[in-house]
Amino acid sequence: MSEQVSKQGPIARFLAQPPDSVSKTIFVAVSLCLVASMIVSATAVALRPIQEANKLRDKQVNILQVAGLYEPGIDITETFMKSFEPQVLELATGEFTDKFDASTFDDKAASDDPELSTVLVDDPASIGTQSRFVTVYLLRDAAGKVDKVILPIYGYGLWSTLYGFIAVEENGNDIFGLQFYSHGETPGLGAEVDNPRWKALWRDKKLTDEAGALQITVARTAPTAGADFHIDGLSGSTLTTAGVHNLVRFWMGEAGFAPFLKKLKAGEF
Amino acid sequence: MSQTYKKMLVDPLVDNNPITLQVLGVCSALAVTSSLNVAVVMTLAVTVVTAFSSMFISILRNHIPGSIRIIVQMVIIASLVIVVDQVLKAYAFEISKTLSVFVGLIITNCIVMGRAEAFAMQNPPLASFVDGIGNGLGYGLILLLVGFVRELFGSGSLFGITILETVNNGGWYVPNGLLLLPPSAFFVIGLLIWAFRTWKPEQVEEREFKIQSVEEH
Repeated sequence: MSEQVSKQGPIARFLAQPPDSVSKTIFVAVSLCLVASMIVSATAVALRPIQEANKLRDKQVNILQVAGLYEPGIDITETFMKSFEPQVLELATGEFTDKFDASTFDDKAASDDPELSTVLVDDPASIGTQSRFVTVYLLRDAAGKVDKVILPIYGYGLWSTLYGFIAVEENGNDIFGLQFYSHGETPGLGAEVDNPRWKALWRDKKLTDEAGALQITVARTAPTAGADFHIDGLSGSTLTTAGVHNLVRFWMGEAGFAPFLKKLKAGEF
Repeated sequence: MSQTYKKMLVDPLVDNNPITLQVLGVCSALAVTSSLNVAVVMTLAVTVVTAFSSMFISILRNHIPGSIRIIVQMVIIASLVIVVDQVLKAYAFEISKTLSVFVGLIITNCIVMGRAEAFAMQNPPLASFVDGIGNGLGYGLILLLVGFVRELFGSGSLFGITILETVNNGGWYVPNGLLLLPPSAFFVIGLLIWAFRTWKPEQVEEREFKIQSVEEH
């Protein structure tokens, strides 16, 4: 304190005031808030591009994984761009739309936008509102024909919304794989949806029977329509399993991708 | 002087551990100890936040008005936590996904506030910084011990590397699912406190009252 007083500049005199004086209290409060907010916003703004890149990369890795193209060490962005053709799909018609730019269309924002979404009355996946447009990814073979389609799916499990992708073969009926990239299910129980051994059970299962009726089930009970349409539930996580069952059936049903899958089956793309 | 800095750094590890002696910061210790990777990152985050918040608060300690001192401390701590959270999201994306809200909740971690109020308000910046590091590491030591038990017996692995092959992956070990859930950390921390206080009986608190025995007439 004494050395500050000896300098006697206006700033030093101000700082030498007792901390509890009214002017100093206000000064400390205001200046601290200013400095803190500047530091926080500078960090947020400076790091945003890296964070966005991380999010995008994470999504691309998941899409590559569900399509079986991911190997450690590959160039994610390059492989992704080379392999996939993103398209914005209008769910009701099962047609692609060019109203939006597929590379920038934000599904999550669209499902919150009243202009682009519908409030669900029959809502087995507990998602509230559903966007009428979603981004899907087409994987084409060397001849340019559709080989697989990667469809986004999400719905409520036990504690959280599970976000994931399902990869369907070009016949619009055979499942190639399923993967969730974001969920908050119980570690060791519901979070076993990430277990590779369980995910492998989805390979070559069929969505619909010959007549086109949706038959896929995920449950711990015995299959009702034959083993081709059934994935064994995870033991110890009945409710997460029920959530996955509901959300897969919802998204593969008429309110979801069924119109698109029918067209895919007919070879329209 | 160097002796006291060493003491500040080492004391909070066992003799004055924030979790086992002061029983602070238990809430986040329950949440982030289901795997060691997460525990390590959380330790680093808490250590950085405690050290720097103590240092900044100590620099300002002669100018912080008593009437708004808790708010001033909170603003400094909260800003540092947001910075740490943003850095993790940018450079450790996978881990920040698992930590989710718990980085943000460092703001409410009693250890950070406790050191600011109890130490940094009375001591010079460097000492406060060292004290913050010591307490962060003391917190981290318990996190690692709890995380070791929970990850090894809950998922059969350490740092994500399989040690005991679990049944779900075709091995023999049936994992204890309870250990992956937060309440199990209560048991592990309780046992740790018991072990610490058996080893160092001077840590046992004095009884606040004695149960009276009824006299026989």
